[in-house]
Amino acid sequence: MTWKGKDMDTSKRNLYCNLAALCLLALVLYLFDRHGTEYQIRILNNMAVFITLAVSYNLVNGMCGLLHLGPNAFITIGAYTSALLTMSPMEKQMSFIIEPLIWPFSVLQAPFFVSLIAGGVMATIFAFLISFPVFRVRGDYLAIVTLGFGEVIRVLCNALQGVTNGPLGLKGLQPYTNLWWSWGVAVFTVLVITKLVNSSFGRAMKAIREDEIAAKAMGVDPFRHLLLAFLVSAFFSGVAGGLMAHLITTISPTLFTFFLTFNLLIIIVVGGLGSTTGAVIGAALFAWGGEALRVVESPMDLGVFTIPGIPGMRMVLFSVILMVVILFARRGIMGRNEFSWDWLFSKLGLNAK
Amino acid sequence: MNDFFRLESLVMQFGGLTAVNDFSISIEPGELVGLIGPNGAGKTTVFNMITGFLTPTSGRVLWQGEDITGLPVHQITARGIARTFQNIRLFTDMTVLENVMVSFHHKIRSRFWKAMLGMPSHGREEQRIREEAYGFLQELNLAHLADEKAGSLAYGQQRRLEIARALATYPKLLLLDEPAAGMNPQETMELAGLVREIRKRHGLTIFLIEHDMKFVMGLCERIKVLDYGISIAEGTPEEIQTNPDVIKAYLGEPKHA
Ligand SMILES: Nc1ncnc2c1ncn2[C@@H]1O[C@H](COP(=O)(O)OP(=O)(O)O)[C@@H](O)[C@H]1O
Ligand SMILES: [Mg+2]
Repeated sequence: MTWKGKDMDTSKRNLYCNLAALCLLALVLYLFDRHGTEYQIRILNNMAVFITLAVSYNLVNGMCGLLHLGPNAFITIGAYTSALLTMSPMEKQMSFIIEPLIWPFSVLQAPFFVSLIAGGVMATIFAFLISFPVFRVRGDYLAIVTLGFGEVIRVLCNALQGVTNGPLGLKGLQPYTNLWWSWGVAVFTVLVITKLVNSSFGRAMKAIREDEIAAKAMGVDPFRHLLLAFLVSAFFSGVAGGLMAHLITTISPTLFTFFLTFNLLIIIVVGGLGSTTGAVIGAALFAWGGEALRVVESPMDLGVFTIPGIPGMRMVLFSVILMVVILFARRGIMGRNEFSWDWLFSKLGLNAK
Repeated sequence: MNDFFRLESLVMQFGGLTAVNDFSISIEPGELVGLIGPNGAGKTTVFNMITGFLTPTSGRVLWQGEDITGLPVHQITARGIARTFQNIRLFTDMTVLENVMVSFHHKIRSRFWKAMLGMPSHGREEQRIREEAYGFLQELNLAHLADEKAGSLAYGQQRRLEIARALATYPKLLLLDEPAAGMNPQETMELAGLVREIRKRHGLTIFLIEHDMKFVMGLCERIKVLDYGISIAEGTPEEIQTNPDVIKAYLGEPKHA
């Protein structure tokens, strides 16, 4: 008896299913692109960006089991890098009124795609630089170090006016991020990270999460694999930061506080820590819910009396949802399970054999 | 003196406590050596020093002519020394097969970006690893449980999975820390047979800690006895059984597990 693994028919079927799903997604995007309202398109764009962010964040927190609290730092770095590259030298000169932008950013300009990659690469470089102090510690200490890094980057954004334009931020960015860019990046991120997680490298990461001592004894080098996850995650966070910048078209340090990290944490915990599928579902719900729940912040007329709108009410609701999930459904929507075609087909009773 | 595996005067102090004091042993290729002693004698500490989990206070670990004292754990594993844990440490939320596949990772040839882009060469390597890992499960009679979560296995099966996982790193020296702990007599007997088999099939050298005297005496060719961190005897099972110091160490102790 030998191990057969998946037979050819099944993997071919899965490939076709993936292609069909992608075509369907493309069709939906096309229809919204042509006929959707601005509101719908904004939700869809947000969804895609948050899917990218959540899936890459989940690689570190869910797959490796680290409590990394600084993704907002990498999103910031990606957003600023990308924005500084797409702005023309003229625009930059006009924006940086307090202190002129330093060379070489003052003269560089690049196409949107290149700026996104540059944002990812810059975030990866920063991630590498802080990885040595970060991975000396684990658990709560790692959480505190990464949290601190996020805060440091935010403060630097305010202070380094020659690079970031300080509290004024960068305004009037071209709205390059459309449905094709945002969803293209999201799909690519999900595919690549899923491949990584299902590979020998992903198994090593999960082994570290399950029992770092045993993983070492089986020959896994924890530092290398945590670093790999951290850098890959930072790269995609940086790219998503670039997308965000060119979606909102105005960025400033207040956009990238710990609050953003907190939202991502809610997304991956509600979706199910350690499940890419869960991260996607969580992000989609968050992006949709974030808009749909705007009603709770608007004044409500109850006939007899009116409740004034309370800004920030949505976040209270999200926090309550997080608490409920932590208390009553700790494994979130998906637990550590993943969607797969095999699962779907067996649910439908359509399995090959 | 040989060049294969040698511990030279290992000392391990934890604060004021000397857990292991002046421990030396030399093991020949292919030998099956036992390490016994009352609870808390320092046996596991010796294993921890060999595998890099602890850096000895003094002394050296020599492996195939190289001083590996204090090297990182994963590098020692990569050099061909594998271990199991007394208090089972499986990757409980991963499947039985995946547990064994982890051990292949340190020899993987694909780069991470090939995995991320789903290159065919990485796919072929994955398939090969899957097949070989399955082979180790068959050897340890665990193949029918390949897709179960490791945490759901019965105790004796978990102990065997620990061995399968260690074997899958392709070691030359295998360290077993109380492999029969918690097993019933029937399982213990089968385990002895399994240990003999894997040793022969893989040309292994084995160094094992065990409390079950029948198991140790029946299996090992040479036994070393540790008491309060000090080596008090060394010899064949017959010599150990009749050694007055050993009898005193065991009888003098209150009942041990
Ligand atoms: N990491 C450690 N820190 C402090 N004391 C330890 C540590 N590891 C073991 N010890 C102590 O060393 C002694 C020997 O332990 P151990 O090697 O586990 O014994 P054995 O395996 O023979 O039962 C015990 O007293 C134990 O409490
Ligand atoms: Mg012990």
